[in-house]
Amino acid sequence: MRNVITSAVILGLFALVGTSLVAFTHDATRDRIATIEREDLVRNLHRIVPEDQHDNDLLADTIQVTAPDALGTTAPVTVYRARKDGAPVAVVLSPVAPDGYSGNIRLLVGIYQDGTLAGVRVTSHRETPGLGDPIEETRSDWILKFTGLSLENPAEEQWKVKKDGGVFDQFTGATITPRAVVKAVRKTLIYFRQHKDELFAPQALAGVDDSTQRR
Amino acid sequence: MAEITYGKIIREGLWSNNPGLVQILGLCPLLAVSNNVVNALGLGLATTLALVTTGITVSLVRNWVRPEIRIPVFVLVIASIVTAIELAMNAYFHGLYLVLGIFIPLIVTNCTLIGRAEAFASKNSVARATLDGLAMGLGFTLVLVALGAMRELLGQGTLLSQAHLMFGAAAADLQFTVFENYRGFLLAILPPGAFMGLGLLIALKNAIDSRMQRRATEKKAVPVPSANAAT
Repeated sequence: MRNVITSAVILGLFALVGTSLVAFTHDATRDRIATIEREDLVRNLHRIVPEDQHDNDLLADTIQVTAPDALGTTAPVTVYRARKDGAPVAVVLSPVAPDGYSGNIRLLVGIYQDGTLAGVRVTSHRETPGLGDPIEETRSDWILKFTGLSLENPAEEQWKVKKDGGVFDQFTGATITPRAVVKAVRKTLIYFRQHKDELFAPQALAGVDDSTQRR
Repeated sequence: MAEITYGKIIREGLWSNNPGLVQILGLCPLLAVSNNVVNALGLGLATTLALVTTGITVSLVRNWVRPEIRIPVFVLVIASIVTAIELAMNAYFHGLYLVLGIFIPLIVTNCTLIGRAEAFASKNSVARATLDGLAMGLGFTLVLVALGAMRELLGQGTLLSQAHLMFGAAAADLQFTVFENYRGFLLAILPPGAFMGLGLLIALKNAIDSRMQRRATEKKAVPVPSANAAT
């Protein structure tokens, strides 16, 4: 009996020390991690909407919208709004292409207020290395070709990969991946066209539509 | 138990009892993260750090942890230390942390750690446990890097791509493009390539071992006059 109690106490002590170590490290690194993640996000956003095109704090001026059909996820999507002198410049949304070859492809899609694309980036994916990963900016310039396009250029029904009768290149040996990305970008553009005013609405006024929720 | 010499500890970790090639422990991270040199090196060093710190801790407490609770204690020690390392990497090597992702917390389940804690650190002095952790970790890192180099070279024709994730922006030029306009060999980057690569490395090690053994026996076979006296 006594042995059991001693063992339990020793085990308990180790649990205490172990948890304190984790708690202490967490506390010591928390601020740094938060800053780094914030900087990362801002850097990504600025690669889509350059810093000199807006004068507001992108991370402070956000709303959250939920549109499972258009944005590919049931979770709320954060919309970052860029403004200059208070006038709307662009929004950056983070839709999901749910029909990639192996799971979700997460995107950042920036759209100027006139409906042209400021840029598209892939933030995470699990597509086949070597076949589907040219959607990454570091591996090919495919994703950069979206910049400047809109639903008029090319026409909406041309927003497909070439194999499906559209204008976008597919990759050798991989059609599903680019098809999913093109489709997600097209849907995001359509969503933007339908909800433009709400997306730019001041935080206090957003949320008119029942599919649009304020944070 | 006879004290193991320092030289033997190093030899075991790096070669004769190498975690990757002989014990075949920690295969999951070994195969998954060895698709290029930088990832391999990052995970290898993180694993080494975890092995050394858990080795030291386990060795320090070895005399007052009762045998019946030693496994849960080792698991606790390993889990807390690896979590601390993960947080530190997130804070100081953020790019690499993003690439290695899930495999950092998975160091917890790398059998090399609990294996060395149980088989070595819990029975040896702190100095020996430290050295053992270092040797095993470096042995693991070497296998990871060898496999990573092999797969990166065959798969994309480069070496040390994405070095900036680990060494900062200044290291972006470190990348060697060994083959220009290389079309890539997909199999090497995919998981089957990892299995084949590891198989080849193990075969190579065994070939070297049996060759050295043959040489050693050949030497012995040569009659030496004083041999009888020595035995």
